[in-house]
Amino acid sequence: MNWITNYVRPRINSIFSRREIPENLWSKCDSCGTMLFHREISDNLNVCTNCGHHMNITPRDRFHALFDGGVFSEISVPEPVNDPLHFRDQKRYPERMRAAQKATGEKEAMLVARGEIGRTPIVAAAQDFTFMAGSMGMYVGNAIIAGIEEAVRLGRPFVLFSAAGGARMQEGILSLMQMPRSTVAIQMLREAGLPYIVVLTHPTTGGVTASYAMLGDVQIAEPGSLICFAGPRVIEQTIREKLPEGFQRAEYLLEHGMLDRVTDRRELREELIVILRMLMQLPPATWGDLPPPGPEELPEDGAADQVQAAPNPALEDAPRKE
Amino acid sequence: MTHYLDFEKPLAEIEGKAEELRAMARGNEDMDVETEASALDKKASDMLRELYSKLTPWRKCQVARHPERPHCKDYIDALFDEWTPLAGDRGFSDDHAVMGGLARFNDRPVMVIGHEKGHDTQSRLTHNFGMARPEGYRKAIRLMEMADRFGLPVISLVDTPGAYPGKGAEERGQSEAIARSTEKCLQIKVPLLSIIIGEGGSGGAVAFATANRVAMLEHSVYSVISPEGCASILWKDSNKMREAAEALRLTAQDLLRLGVADRVIPEPRGGAHRAPTEAISAVGNTISSMLAELDEVPRDQIVATRRSKFLRMGAHGLDG
Repeated sequence: MNWITNYVRPRINSIFSRREIPENLWSKCDSCGTMLFHREISDNLNVCTNCGHHMNITPRDRFHALFDGGVFSEISVPEPVNDPLHFRDQKRYPERMRAAQKATGEKEAMLVARGEIGRTPIVAAAQDFTFMAGSMGMYVGNAIIAGIEEAVRLGRPFVLFSAAGGARMQEGILSLMQMPRSTVAIQMLREAGLPYIVVLTHPTTGGVTASYAMLGDVQIAEPGSLICFAGPRVIEQTIREKLPEGFQRAEYLLEHGMLDRVTDRRELREELIVILRMLMQLPPATWGDLPPPGPEELPEDGAADQVQAAPNPALEDAPRKE
Repeated sequence: MTHYLDFEKPLAEIEGKAEELRAMARGNEDMDVETEASALDKKASDMLRELYSKLTPWRKCQVARHPERPHCKDYIDALFDEWTPLAGDRGFSDDHAVMGGLARFNDRPVMVIGHEKGHDTQSRLTHNFGMARPEGYRKAIRLMEMADRFGLPVISLVDTPGAYPGKGAEERGQSEAIARSTEKCLQIKVPLLSIIIGEGGSGGAVAFATANRVAMLEHSVYSVISPEGCASILWKDSNKMREAAEALRLTAQDLLRLGVADRVIPEPRGGAHRAPTEAISAVGNTISSMLAELDEVPRDQIVATRRSKFLRMGAHGLDG
């Protein structure tokens, strides 16, 4: 590792790759290396059309594909204290935050929204792995609490898509305290008799797995996701032996009894609809091209400050059961 | 033979010299070394006070991990009567990293759960250095349920580098076990109090320390990740553990300011390992006063107050 490998080579690579892929219209599958056209990928929910590898999808894109007609209302999350520990490693924590906000266009690592899926009203939360590795800090804790409070208020199930490297070290012990905090919220949901469904996506590790991501009534994972408490490298260092193929992947966990199902992202929406409607004692869903939902009917104190997201035209023809 | 930490080297020299002088005098009755030896004792004692009055966060980690520091079993033996260990998760095995069982504290029946690290090579291996596997957390869940059913307060003694990162532990659901144990802590209708006696290592500690009251010994630490782990991730250099320990705010004093710890128990001069009896009795006093505090809380409020404590946590940072 030196100046050439760390600085010169990436610069050269970036210049060339920019020429090869004008305006990032093409990208490469992380797994099989096939070049995929951007439209082809987004239409396929970021699943490789060649090998079926599930690539990262942002919470916003996921919600556009998940909710009926791509319509959802964001639930506002109380702002936590900024940089509570005055944390500084090689960079200051606020600098890292700003960089992440700039890179993702999002405020933090979790998006919470309410809307309907197959005409089933739900509240959903999704963690953003591209935002500081989806790490769980005060904001994520607040987001889960806000989402569950809304679910309880409206009597809706809560669906959580997890993706995280673990707790946010820059918030030290306060990030660790999100394990019990989120657990309290889940208990409130249970007491209200509402279902909690966790969809574990790649990767879900550390304190996130060891709290809210493992407490679902139904545990579903996307194929190939790494799901663990301690990561494979840490374990290899501890036990000094090679780990078996597929260790800690979704399929391995399913085999070891830690999950209910492993489901392809393209089939997830209808699976969630089917499960939720049974748990909520609703009649079977009507499948087909439904018109987008009308204005939300919310109880009196329904927050009027919510923004209605416009349908995403790129996802209008997302796969649906006919 | 005292075990000295690296920053105690100058102290080791002085104490060694005093010891040497006295040994010499034992062989030769004419020699009067006592004046000199006492002067050295005094110097050593001053140095010890000085060193321990301003331990850096990294040094605190070292003290918290001191091999001679009193461990879970020492506290149980000294503070409880009729200690009756209960074993097994009823599913797979008994995890020796976690001690649990019935005991009496001042005649009152309680459930005790704690991490045990062991005190020599053999016992450290037996107890897996205090790193629990899923069975350990599941045993704790079982014991907490039992305590809940019979109205016994639960006392947890936390001292773990973290949950064990092993192949079998992962296969048997380490994360699920920790998540359920934390959940159980939040469900039981009996008072739950927790003492961090050494290391509070991440999720492995949370699983027992999600309590109505959390006390920390003066030189104990409680953190989301070990300073070495944090340094290797954020500094890309595990030798930056001093900087990481500083940044993580893992000392008992910082955690008190952050509202994560409810009180700090002073340790004898030079740390709990220098005067274990004194340290253990201070912990005993804290347990009795915290139990008395929780007896004031109506039983039907125990769960609600515990929950709201954790929901509020982190509402303010270090600035108060």
